Amino acid sequence: MDRLNKILKKQITATFIAIFFGFLVATVILAVAGYNPFEAFAVLFKGIFSRPKYMANVIIKATPIILTGVSVAFAFKVGLFNIGAEGQFIIGTVAAAMAGILLDLPAVLQFPLLILIGMAAGALYGAIIGFLKAKYGIHEVITGIMLNWIAFYFCNYIVNTHTFHQDNSTGSKNIREAGFDIIYNWKKSAGGKSFLKENPTLMEIIGKTDLNIGIIFAIAAAIIITIVLNKTTKGFQLRAVGFNKDAAEFAGINIKKNMIHAMLIAGALSGLAGALMVTGISHKLSTLGTFENYGFNGLSISLIATNSPIGCIFAGLLFAGLLYGGGSIQSEIGAPSEIINIMIGTIVFFVALSRFIPVLVDKYGRRGGKHVK
Amino acid sequence: MLNNILLLISITLMYSTPLIFGALGGMISERSGVVNIGIEGMMTVGAATAVCVGYNTGNPWVGFLAAGLAGGIIGLLHAVACVSAMADQTVSGIAINLIGSGFSFFLCRLVFGAVNTPAVPHKLPKILGNNIENKIVNYFNVDITVILAVILAVLMWFIIYKTKWGLRICAVGEHPAAADTLGISVKLIRYGCVIVSGMLSGFGGAAVTLAIVSQFSPTAISGQGFIALAAVIFGKWKPHGVYFACILFGFAQALTILLGGGKFPVPSQIMAMLPYVLTIVILIFFVGRSVAPKASGEPYQKGSR
Repeated sequence: MDRLNKILKKQITATFIAIFFGFLVATVILAVAGYNPFEAFAVLFKGIFSRPKYMANVIIKATPIILTGVSVAFAFKVGLFNIGAEGQFIIGTVAAAMAGILLDLPAVLQFPLLILIGMAAGALYGAIIGFLKAKYGIHEVITGIMLNWIAFYFCNYIVNTHTFHQDNSTGSKNIREAGFDIIYNWKKSAGGKSFLKENPTLMEIIGKTDLNIGIIFAIAAAIIITIVLNKTTKGFQLRAVGFNKDAAEFAGINIKKNMIHAMLIAGALSGLAGALMVTGISHKLSTLGTFENYGFNGLSISLIATNSPIGCIFAGLLFAGLLYGGGSIQSEIGAPSEIINIMIGTIVFFVALSRFIPVLVDKYGRRGGKHVK
Repeated sequence: MLNNILLLISITLMYSTPLIFGALGGMISERSGVVNIGIEGMMTVGAATAVCVGYNTGNPWVGFLAAGLAGGIIGLLHAVACVSAMADQTVSGIAINLIGSGFSFFLCRLVFGAVNTPAVPHKLPKILGNNIENKIVNYFNVDITVILAVILAVLMWFIIYKTKWGLRICAVGEHPAAADTLGISVKLIRYGCVIVSGMLSGFGGAAVTLAIVSQFSPTAISGQGFIALAAVIFGKWKPHGVYFACILFGFAQALTILLGGGKFPVPSQIMAMLPYVLTIVILIFFVGRSVAPKASGEPYQKGSR
C-alpha cells in the first residue's frame, strides 16, 4: 500500500494519468459527436508511426516547441511566467532571416552566425520583459503579451519592406543558401545525393522531409539548462529567487539582476527556436495572419512537463505527434481535427489537477491504514 | 474634423466593448482570489456559441445568452479545478484556453462543416435602430453591447464597493482564512465569481461575433482575451480602472485605424504597434506598481495558515 502511495505521488504518474484522461475525454466527445473514437485513434497512431517519414516530421514539428517549452520552464523556475515566448520566437525568426538575406559569408560562418543572431535578438527581447519587471515592477504577463503583438507587427513590417520583400508573394526573399541547415546543404550536394540514392530509408527520412539538426540543439539546450539550474551557483541563485524572493534577497542574492538574466536566457532559447525555424524549414519570413503558436504551445509543453527541461523533450514529442497525426483524423474519417486541441487542453487541465492526487492519496491511504490496524 | 473625432469615439467604443466584458470578468475572478488566464478561451467559446445558436434560432439575443451560458460552463470547469481540486490556477487557465478554442472550432465544424461560419441573419441591434440617415447621429448609434458594458461596469463598481457581497469577495481574495473564520464560505464565493467571470467573458465573445462582425472565424477572437487580462492588471483590479484601461486600449486601436489610412508616411504595420507600445509606456510613466489581491493565485485549504 505504501509503495503504491509513493508511486501515485510521483509527478510522472500524475502526468500519465493526465494523458490517459486526455484520451478518455476525446473518446467521449468523439463518440457523442457520432464518430468511432477507436478508428480515430488508429488513424492518429498510423499518422505518427506507420512510416519513418511521419516520425521524422513529428521530430521536425517538435523541435521549435521543445525549445520554447524549455524557455518557459526555465523562466518558471525563477518565478516568471514567460507568456512572451511567442514574441521572442518571432523576433528570432526575423533577426535570423534579415541577417540571412543581407549577409554573404561562407556556409561555415553564415549558418552559425544566423543561429547566434537569432538567439541574441530573442535574448534581448526577453530581457526587456525582465528589465521592465525589475526596474518598474510591471507584470511580466502584460509586457509579454504586448511585446508578442509588437513582434507580430514588426515581422509583418520587415516582410513588406522593399529590401526584404519577394515580389508577387506574401513572404520575404529566401535567405542565402549558405545559411541553410547543414543537413539541407549536404543532401543537395553531389555526395549527399548519391549516398541517399543508395539508402532508401534515409532517403525517406532525410531526403523527403525538412529534417534538420535543430533537434540536436533542442536536446542539448534542455540538458544544458538542467545542468545550469541544478549544478551551478547561478542556477542556485535563480532557483532561490523563484522559491522565495525575500529569502533570496536576505541571503544577498540580487533579485533584479537575476530576473533580467533569467529572461535573457529564456529569450535566447525562444530566439534559437525561431532561428532554427528559418535556417531549417521556412528559409524565409511570411506575413503573419495570426500567431503561429510556437511560443504559446511552449507554455502547454512546459506545463505538461511540469517545468522540467528534460521533460519538455518528451512533452514536445507528444504534443507534436498529436498535432501531426491529428491532421489525418480529419482527412481519413472526417472528424474535426480540433479534437486534438481539446485532447491537449484536457491533458494540461488534468496536469493542473495533479496537485490533488497526493491529497487524495493521503486521505484514502490513511483511511486504509486504520483498517489494517 | 468633427467627423473624425466622432468616428474616433465610435470606433473606440466598438473595440473596447468586448474587452470590457472580458476584463471585468477577469477582475471579479481575481478579486475573489482566482487568477483567470483563460479569458481568451472563454471568449472564444462565447463567440462560437453565439453564432451557432444565433444562426439556428435567428434571434441574436438567444445567441447572446447562450454565449454567457457556455462561458459560464467553462468557468465552472475552471472553478472546479482551482477551488475544489486546488489546482495550479495558471495551468488550469492555459488548459481552458486550449480547450476553449479547440471546442469552439470543433463545434463550428460540426454545425457548419467549416471553422469559418456563415453570417448570422440578425446582429444585435444598435441603440437607435438600423436605419439612421443623419451621418452625425449615426456616429452615436453604437451597438447595444456598448451600453450594456457601461451598465455592467457601474453595476460591478456598485457591487464591489457598496454591497456586503463585494466586501465578502474582497475579503476572500485578500485573506481567505480570516473570511472563513467569520463564516463566509470561501468556496461558494470563489465558485460564484469564477462562473460569473466565465459568463462575462462569454458575453464578450458574443459582443464580437454578434455586434462587431456577424460570423465566427479562427481570427474572430485573436488575443482580445489576453489584452483583457492585461487590462485587469493595468486597471489595478478596480472596476473603473479596468473600464478605462479597456477604453484606452480601444482608443489606441481607433487611432491606429484612423491614422493608418495612408495619410501619414508611417507604414501601417508600425502604426498597428501603437496600442501595445502605448500600454507599456503608460505603465512605465504613469501607473506604477500594481498590487494584486493578496490571495490571488493561491488555493485555499481549510485549516491552513
